[in-house]
Parts: sequence; structure tokens; C-alpha cells
Amino acid sequence: MFGYYFDLALRSLKRNKVLTALMVLAIGLGIGASMTMITVLHVMTADPLPDKSVRLFYPQIDPQDMEGYTPGKDPMDQFSWTDAMNLLHARKGSHQVAMTGGRVTVRPPQGESRAFFADARYTSSDFFSMFDVPFLYGSGWTADDDDRQARAAVISRALADKLYGADHAVGQSLRLGKDVFRVIGVIDRWNPVPHFYDLTQGSYHNTEDVFLPLETAIALGQGTAGNMNCWGSGGFPTPGNMKNASCAWMQFWVQLDTPALVQAYREYLVHYSEQQKILGRFQRPPNTRLYDLMGWLDYNHVVPGSVQLQALLALGFMLVCLVNTVALLLVKFLRRSSELGVRRAMGASKQSIFAQLLVEASLIGFAGGVAGLLLAFFGLWIVRHQPVQYASHAHLDAAMLGTTLVLAMCATVLAAIFPAWRACRVQPARVLKIQ
Amino acid sequence: MHPILSALKHHKTVVILVVLEIALTCAIVSNALFIIGSHLADMRVHTGVADNELVWATSSGIGDTTTPGRQASRAAADLAALRSMPGVRSAVITNSLPLGITGSWGTCLARKAGGEKPDSVCTVVMYAGTSGVVNTLGIKLSQGRDFLPQEYQDYDPFHGDQPPPPSVIVTRSLAEKMWPGENPLGKAIFLGDKGSDVTHVAGVTDHLLNPSINKYNGADLNLLLPVTSVAGGKYVLRTEPGARDVTLRDLPKVLDGVDDQRIITGSHSYADTVSEYFHDDRALIWLLLVVIGCLLALTALGVVGLSSFWVQQRTHQIGIRRAIGATRGDILRYFQVENFLIVSGGVALGLLLAVALNLLLMKHYELPQLPLYYLPIAALVLWLLGQLAVLGPALRAAAVPPVVATRSV
Repeated sequence: MFGYYFDLALRSLKRNKVLTALMVLAIGLGIGASMTMITVLHVMTADPLPDKSVRLFYPQIDPQDMEGYTPGKDPMDQFSWTDAMNLLHARKGSHQVAMTGGRVTVRPPQGESRAFFADARYTSSDFFSMFDVPFLYGSGWTADDDDRQARAAVISRALADKLYGADHAVGQSLRLGKDVFRVIGVIDRWNPVPHFYDLTQGSYHNTEDVFLPLETAIALGQGTAGNMNCWGSGGFPTPGNMKNASCAWMQFWVQLDTPALVQAYREYLVHYSEQQKILGRFQRPPNTRLYDLMGWLDYNHVVPGSVQLQALLALGFMLVCLVNTVALLLVKFLRRSSELGVRRAMGASKQSIFAQLLVEASLIGFAGGVAGLLLAFFGLWIVRHQPVQYASHAHLDAAMLGTTLVLAMCATVLAAIFPAWRACRVQPARVLKIQ
Repeated sequence: MHPILSALKHHKTVVILVVLEIALTCAIVSNALFIIGSHLADMRVHTGVADNELVWATSSGIGDTTTPGRQASRAAADLAALRSMPGVRSAVITNSLPLGITGSWGTCLARKAGGEKPDSVCTVVMYAGTSGVVNTLGIKLSQGRDFLPQEYQDYDPFHGDQPPPPSVIVTRSLAEKMWPGENPLGKAIFLGDKGSDVTHVAGVTDHLLNPSINKYNGADLNLLLPVTSVAGGKYVLRTEPGARDVTLRDLPKVLDGVDDQRIITGSHSYADTVSEYFHDDRALIWLLLVVIGCLLALTALGVVGLSSFWVQQRTHQIGIRRAIGATRGDILRYFQVENFLIVSGGVALGLLLAVALNLLLMKHYELPQLPLYYLPIAALVLWLLGQLAVLGPALRAAAVPPVVATRSV
């Protein structure tokens, strides 16, 4: 039966090539535009660590003085050195990490090639195990290395290739400005999207090329990068007194494996704030937050408004395409009233005519889906050539590819239901009489 | 008109679908046109400096240049070398440039010593430039004077406790905000944590944009400080009109000639910097234009498909009308009026949808309110489009010969 409908559909589509092409084009445009935007949105709202994100938490505390205090206002997004170190050394989670972004001057070992800047991350030792960072060679440093300010460095595969060749990078010395470090690990390709662990650098920033122990980097005065919020009257610190400044410039993450631990950590944050207030470091009443990874991304609005607006636009466009398809299908089916009337008179049931028309519609849907896929590839190619941080991540994966085709077919079949229902209500006697 | 309406009543569903499509198109197109218009308005700004004659670069040392003294002496050597380049009129160091995004400093200014909050204007951007900054950038003063040579002083608002330079140049907007309706020349401004450091207004400029335009800092709320050096600043060169590209090419070599132990992060033409600043706006405008184009094309195709169907369906009736005396013009006009009625229905519904969509966008994306004059523009576009789309099928209808009436199908 299906083969017969398929044959009928092909014949009917061939008979009116212009109208068929119009419908395929309309669906293709709608699907192409919306899939481009949905893919971009899908990439931008992805979970960067799907296996672990529910167990990773970002706390917030409120260390500012009373100037500009409004009860209930969200506390600052970052930590001062003192607070980050206090939370780190309290060891209340199974892992915790304090870190900041930085920028280092890499001086290539050959000597003759020019020095260049590289993005860096100064972090405590748990970073690599906590975020499941894949190592190509070597490993990260230990908490002990951190404490005794070891001159160790972990670098990205790309930087290792550039400087020494990734195979023999471990053990080499790395000159950063006036300081020399020893490479102890090379990270394989790792680029979590969004750049969740430090959103102040831009939500879709690329992974850094150089990782240094936090204590070492700060003690040596390697330049930090990112946002810094200061309060009180100290002003901005010089690289030498970053540790004492009343400024928030560090990120802190904690891994909490059970709901009970999460609850305990919430209480700990309040307790810590109270304790610091008694010590005179804090002035405001305890004002703490604890977000899990996805909650933190949501709180920080990582998806730019312009991308949401474009997705909305694409959906509106899709809607117009669908209405257009419904109208064109209706016209197409009603045009064939006489043919359908003859089939009805010869004994075909309403259901079989309905099925026949839906087969025809899904054929159009499939063709429209293929056209839409081509358009989406083209659209994403354009997105990748835009100078925006998320550009390089705009790829259509297998899941989205399948979704596109299924969406196109479903949309068309849905759009065909009403026209098909109208068309199969045709009264054979009336149509035959006019003939 | 009456027979057209009663004919349309026979095709309610199809008519409703087309009206709906036109309404959606109308709503999206009018909002898209409005967004394009507001972005175009944003892009038509005047930076307040000599856009086409400026070249800038940043450089940082990798040797031991951490002490302020060594930094200052190297900056002086760099500037001397840059000034001696052929085609370069002058060179200075500044912290930032209008629409240059990076290096922006913000502060609060107080009208009285002590700096009580109600007496302050906050989120003011500070520019700092070395000797000759006003002429190098091409800032036009509308009142007052340029800085005197002795007014350039060693000052860093973030470190150290030197007093600020004795004079500053402010923008007209800042002057109006600080002292509404008064003559700003010679007025005192208090800087610093406690509003303890005083400086005075020496000049006023009508145009000088901020390093970036946003809703916190506004477009041009800023002041310019005369300083002797800027840590981590930009070298800005004013070139002869034709010499810009040569200067761009040679600049890294000249800086290397002074000291090759350094990193030069590019040399940029300032015109490109301004153009890059608006890249996102341009991308959005193109995207919206493509979407508008596709939508209009789609709607036109829908109208063509529908009209062709009706013409085909009514061939017999058209023949009869022709046979009893209707001219070709009558038939043509029939289809045109019919199309006009359908599009008008769509436009009427579409205008309501447009306002609703705008309210939604205002709520979620901080867009301003849709000015009403965009609505007739969108309506006119759709009417024209409808008439163009129906013309082909209508001409085919007009060409139906009266003899068709005598044939049974």
C-alpha cells in the first residue's frame, strides 16, 4: 500500500514542479534558519562537564564594607586572596580549587623567535582532578608543590607542539618573563564550552595555554588578568600586595558529592561569614550563595541576549514558513479534488486518501529537510567566520543532524494534517458532476 | 467590492491562512526594520578624534622594566623614535581611545571637597594622555584652552598618592551634568577616595566618545587628564593624510630599533578599530536584512501560488464575465482589488501583532519602544509586494478569452 502511495506522491509532485519546488524551498528556508540558530543556542547552553556538573559548586560570600549596602543584593562573584585561601584550607569538600586568570610572556627556548603573550591560569592543585582534565603526558602538581611554591608548569598540547614538540615537552624548562619553570605535564585537547570555571574572561573564552601553581605565580608577581573589584580605601593593589588587598579577583570551586554535604557547606558559608564578622574582617550580615555548575552559568547569563533574539527570530521565521506550507499544501490538495473524487468513487476510503496525502507531504518534508540541512551547514559556516568567542564551536553534530531531518518531516506532516483532512472530505458525486 | 467579498467567503480557510502569513510577516518585518534603524543610528556616531589619521600600538617589555623609572625612560625613547618617523606629525601615550574598548578607567567626580554621594557624578570615564594629546588625537575644543606644557604631571589614579594635574578638559555632557546651565571653565573638580584632590576645568570639547558606549557610562561622559606617562598605555600616532599605511607597516620595526626585547601587540589603524567596534551591529543588520528578504520572498511566493490556483479554478467564470462584456482591465482589477483586500486584512492583524511582539522584546531584551512610523512603512511594503505578486496570475486571468465560456470543461 505504502509503495503505491509513494508512487502516486512522486507522480503528483512531478506534475507541478514549480509548486513542489516552492514548498521544498519554504520548508528548507525555515528549517535551515531555525536549525542554525538552535545549534548555536545548543552549543552555548551545553553542559561543559556532563558527568560531574551536579557535584561542582561555586560559593559566594559578601566581604564588603557597609558602603552601598542593600539587604538582599547578590554578593560579589569573586573572592579576595584571604577568603579564597581560608575556604581552600578548610577542606570542607572532597576537592576545592582557588584560582585566577593570568597573562604570561613566553620566551621560546630557541632564542631567535619572538616572545609572545599566552593566557595562563594560576590555580591550586585540585584543578586537574576536579575538572577531569585529560593529560597527554605527565600530570598536574600536588598540594605540597603548591605550598612550597614549586616552579612547575602544565602546558597545553598546542603550546607544547609550538615550543618543543609535544612528545618531549615534559622535563623541559619554560621561560615566562624573568622566571623559569619546569614543564611537568601536557594537557590533551580540552576546551570546555562555556569557559565555566572563570566567566570573567568572557563566557566562551578558550582554555588557557599555561597552568601554574597559584602560590608560585602570585609570589613571583606574574601578571593576573580578569576582573577585580575593590572596596574600602586601599585602591587597586600593586602586583606585590595582591594578597592583602580588599579586592575580589579569584574564583573558587568546591566538589560536594552528597546532598548532605551541600547542606553542610551552605551552613559552613554562613558560619564562616559570622566568624569573619566577629574577627572584624567582614561588616555586613552573612549573605551567601551556593550554585551548582549549571545554576552558576544561568545566574551569570552566559548566553548573550543577541543569540536569544536570533533564536526567537528564527522560530518566528519557521512559523511563517509553516503557515505558508499549510496554505500551499491546501491549494495543492484542493486542486486535485477531481482526481481524489474519482479515487473515492472507485472505492478508496477517506482514511486511505488521507494516508496518501500524508505520504506525499512527508516526501516534501524530507526534501525540505535535506535543503534545510544544506542551508544550516551554510549558516553555521557563516557563524564560524564571525569574530565572536563562540564561533569555533558552532558545528552540527550527529544528534542535531538527525533532529533537523526529523523536525522537518514532523513539521511538514503536521502542516499537512489540516489540508489533507479538508481534501479527503471531498464529495465524489459533486466533483464527478462538474467533470 | 461586494462580489469580491462574497467570492472570498467561499474560500475562508485559504484566505485566513494567507492573512495569517501576511500578519506574521508584517509583525516580524516591522520589528526587524526598527532594530535595523536603531543600530544604524548607533553606528552614525562621531568619535571626536581624527579617525583616518591615527595609528596605535601597544608594547610591553619582557626584560626588567618593572620599576616606574625605567618604564618612563623607555617610553620617552620610544616616543622620540616614533616622532622621527617620516609622515608622523606627533605621537603620544594614552590609556585608551574612543571606541577602543580596552584600557578604560572609571571614577566618581565630586563638586565639593569631601565628596558626599549626592554631590558626585559617578561612572565618568578618565582619559589620560601625554604632552600634545589634544592636537595628536585631533580633539576640538569649543571653549577654553589646551593644556600648558607644565600641566603634564606624573599621576596614576590607581597607585601612588601624587596630586592630580592642575587642569582637565571635560566633555560638554559632563559639564552639563556637573554644573547644569553654568559656565564650566575654571570650575573645581574633586577626585580621589575622599574627594580630597582638586583640579580645575581648563577646556571643554563638544565631542569625545567613551572607550565603549553602554548604559552605565553613557556615550560621552568623560574627562581628559594631562600626564607624563601611562603604565600599560597605547602609543598613538597622528600621521600625514597619505602616510597612514606606511606608518602602520614600519611601526614595529621602529619600536624594535629602540629595544628588541619586547612584545608588540600589533599596530592598528584607528579607523579599523572603530569599524571593529561596530562589527556586531553590522552582522545583526545583515542577518535581519536576509531574514526580511527571505520572509518577503516567501510571502510573495505564497501569494503567487494561491492566486494561480484561483485563476485556474475560475477560468470558466472569467470566460463568462468576458463574454458578457467585462474588459481585460476589469478582470485584472478584480484580482488586484481582491489581493489588496486580503493584504489589508493581513496588515491590520499584523500591526497588532507587531506592537505585541515589540512589547515582548521590550520586556526581555531591553529594546526601546517601536516608533509608530515604522508601521505604515511595513504596511506599504506588504501592499506593494502583494500587488507585484498578484500581477503575473492576474495578467494570465485577463488573457482568458471569452470563448472559454462556451466550452464545457
